[in-house]
Amino acid sequence: MRLVILDDYELASEWAAKYIRNRIIQFSPSADRFFTLGLPTGSTPYGCYQKLIEFHRSGDLSFKYVKTFNMDEYVGLPRAHPESYHSYMWNNFFKHIDIDPANAHILDGNAKDLEAECQAYEEKISEAGGIQLFVGGIGPDGHIAFNEPGSSLVSRTRVKTLAKDTIVANARFFGNDLSKVPTMALTVGVGTVMDAKEVLILITGAHKAFALNKAIEEGVNHMWTVSAFQQHPRTIFVCDEDATLELRVKTVKYFKGTRVLETAGFNWKWMNPILAHLF
Amino acid sequence: MISGDLIRFHFPTAKLRVQSLHLLVRGVCELRFVSILSLSEANMPSNKSVSDAPITQFNNCRILRDHTLQREDLWVREGKILDPEKLFFDEQGFADRRVDCEGSIIAPGFIDVQINGGYGVDFSQPSEDVSAGVSLVAKKILEHGVTSFCPTLVTSPPAVYHKVLPQIKVQNGGRHGAGVLGFHLEGPFISAEKKGAHPQQYLRTFQSGGLRDLMEAYGSLNNVSMVTLAPELAYSQSVVRELCQRGITVSLGHSVANLSQAEEAVQHGASFITHLFNAMLPFHHRDPGIVGLLTSDQIPAGRTVYYGMIADGIHTNPAALRIAHRAHPSGLVLVTDAITAMGLPPGHHTLGQQVIEIQGLHAYVAGTKTLSGSIATMDMCVRHFKQASGCSVEEALEAASLHPAQLLSISHKKGNLDYGSDADLVLLDDDLIVRATYISGEEVWRKGS
Repeated sequence: MRLVILDDYELASEWAAKYIRNRIIQFSPSADRFFTLGLPTGSTPYGCYQKLIEFHRSGDLSFKYVKTFNMDEYVGLPRAHPESYHSYMWNNFFKHIDIDPANAHILDGNAKDLEAECQAYEEKISEAGGIQLFVGGIGPDGHIAFNEPGSSLVSRTRVKTLAKDTIVANARFFGNDLSKVPTMALTVGVGTVMDAKEVLILITGAHKAFALNKAIEEGVNHMWTVSAFQQHPRTIFVCDEDATLELRVKTVKYFKGTRVLETAGFNWKWMNPILAHLF
Repeated sequence: MISGDLIRFHFPTAKLRVQSLHLLVRGVCELRFVSILSLSEANMPSNKSVSDAPITQFNNCRILRDHTLQREDLWVREGKILDPEKLFFDEQGFADRRVDCEGSIIAPGFIDVQINGGYGVDFSQPSEDVSAGVSLVAKKILEHGVTSFCPTLVTSPPAVYHKVLPQIKVQNGGRHGAGVLGFHLEGPFISAEKKGAHPQQYLRTFQSGGLRDLMEAYGSLNNVSMVTLAPELAYSQSVVRELCQRGITVSLGHSVANLSQAEEAVQHGASFITHLFNAMLPFHHRDPGIVGLLTSDQIPAGRTVYYGMIADGIHTNPAALRIAHRAHPSGLVLVTDAITAMGLPPGHHTLGQQVIEIQGLHAYVAGTKTLSGSIATMDMCVRHFKQASGCSVEEALEAASLHPAQLLSISHKKGNLDYGSDADLVLLDDDLIVRATYISGEEVWRKGS
């Protein structure tokens, strides 16, 4: 596991966006070889999406040969509802970039047969050759996607009933009316994300600190499903200072020490400006 | 080695020039400079499931939507505004053509509900080829951002109505000109005291208050959008009801009605005031007259009374314009009340059965100081309204597009940029000068063309 600690939310978002950008560029995707990207929603990745859009607008990054797979979607919420994850992805990402609409996959929470929809989604992922890089976030209860505490660590894409905590936390997007918040969601499983070649988890804010502590400093536990990634060969946790508030000083010092010269944090002022531009 | 991996450098001395430093780095790290994927046009295969019609995406613009100017792209297909999110997820479609608006404002095309002619054409003049005149004006007003209008006829003898009305049909706009929404018949059922520039001898009153009076005067009510009448005339209430039942907007004007007579007319269905302040009793604090409708509490729930304002700086003092706007901002409809001489050089011209004299921006009944109409264009009115009232850009634009559409009950397809509405657009710069006009998504006029 790599733990990359940046000073604040903006820098963490920028680091993550640059990492994703560099990965796509190095992969050199083409018409026969698409780069598959797993994507999250929520307030945490918002800054990262803004940065990726900036890179696209400046001409550094194209999504023409990128396939995306979102992690989750509410069940029963109309797709055009402003709080649906389809709306989130359209407004905050897809409408600003050049991705082919046929390559942007999101689970359909209004499908007639939800189980079949989940099954089909898994098949689409394997047909696309698996996910190269799965970007995710973490909930305050340590969940990844909607894999709430108690979810199997080898689970696949399926329907999940949301925990009371999650529904209450989401109420703020539905006019604080608990009756309007969806109670079920389709989500990729922990196992589905573990199958990705590389996983990047974004964790920012003090309210996520305890979850980060449980995820990386204690054992693998289905009550904190993100902890499963301790057993993934290539995981990066990107966080800001606030998210490290519940970690041991020793852990923080160790990971900060390994990051002498990283992409975003490094001071390229004395280097050739052309090089600096690449990063 | 990939970017982002740990790289250790040793720098012998700070005196090294930047270029040599660069070469040193290359030598040590063998950084691979991968070619940056170029941003390419979306030349992806067509796979739209709903329609194969080409899709146009207007970008680099600010659009008027939900009463604000938003930095959003505008998508158009088959002459209507398209929902790009639905296109993306339902049809997996994308734009075939992109139009760079260079930072312009995109507003719904302007709608002029009171225009008597222009460029030498007088709609009230009986002629063999009325449609040629209407077409000429329709084409010319595209330059002012007007995409739909109501050709207006002033008080005329029945013979004129019987001859002119059948020659013009409601029709869509296009390259040939702005769309015709229907006639605005201003008179002859108006007050003699407030006739303004209308000819005295052709004024009429209601004999029995039914359809018969209307048919005798006009001959036909087909292709009629609006009628202006004076509500104090006897039997007018039943006439108002007859017209409203036919979907024709009733407007109060050229009248000496008091507030209760005006309110009664509104209760029977009247919904517009023709050029507020002009040709009606002035506001009086014990009887506000028709002007009092702006703040009347007798308006039926759910209904709005709209009022036309000629914002040319001449027909209404800016202070009066501000009073009206502040009292009832959502009802303000900009109209030009343009006459034959609009677009023509100064001199004598004909309006209805009378002769008009142009002096600068003023148009008088020849030999008097009675204003006979305006020669300001719609975009001039929008700019003047914004400057005089201090209102926002959004309000100024809506007064010329959304409000007239709401007045005529066509806001489900015109006067706004909602998904599904007709793509009648006007592109403007920040000073509200018209750069280009579009009807049904097709460019029909461009500045400099």
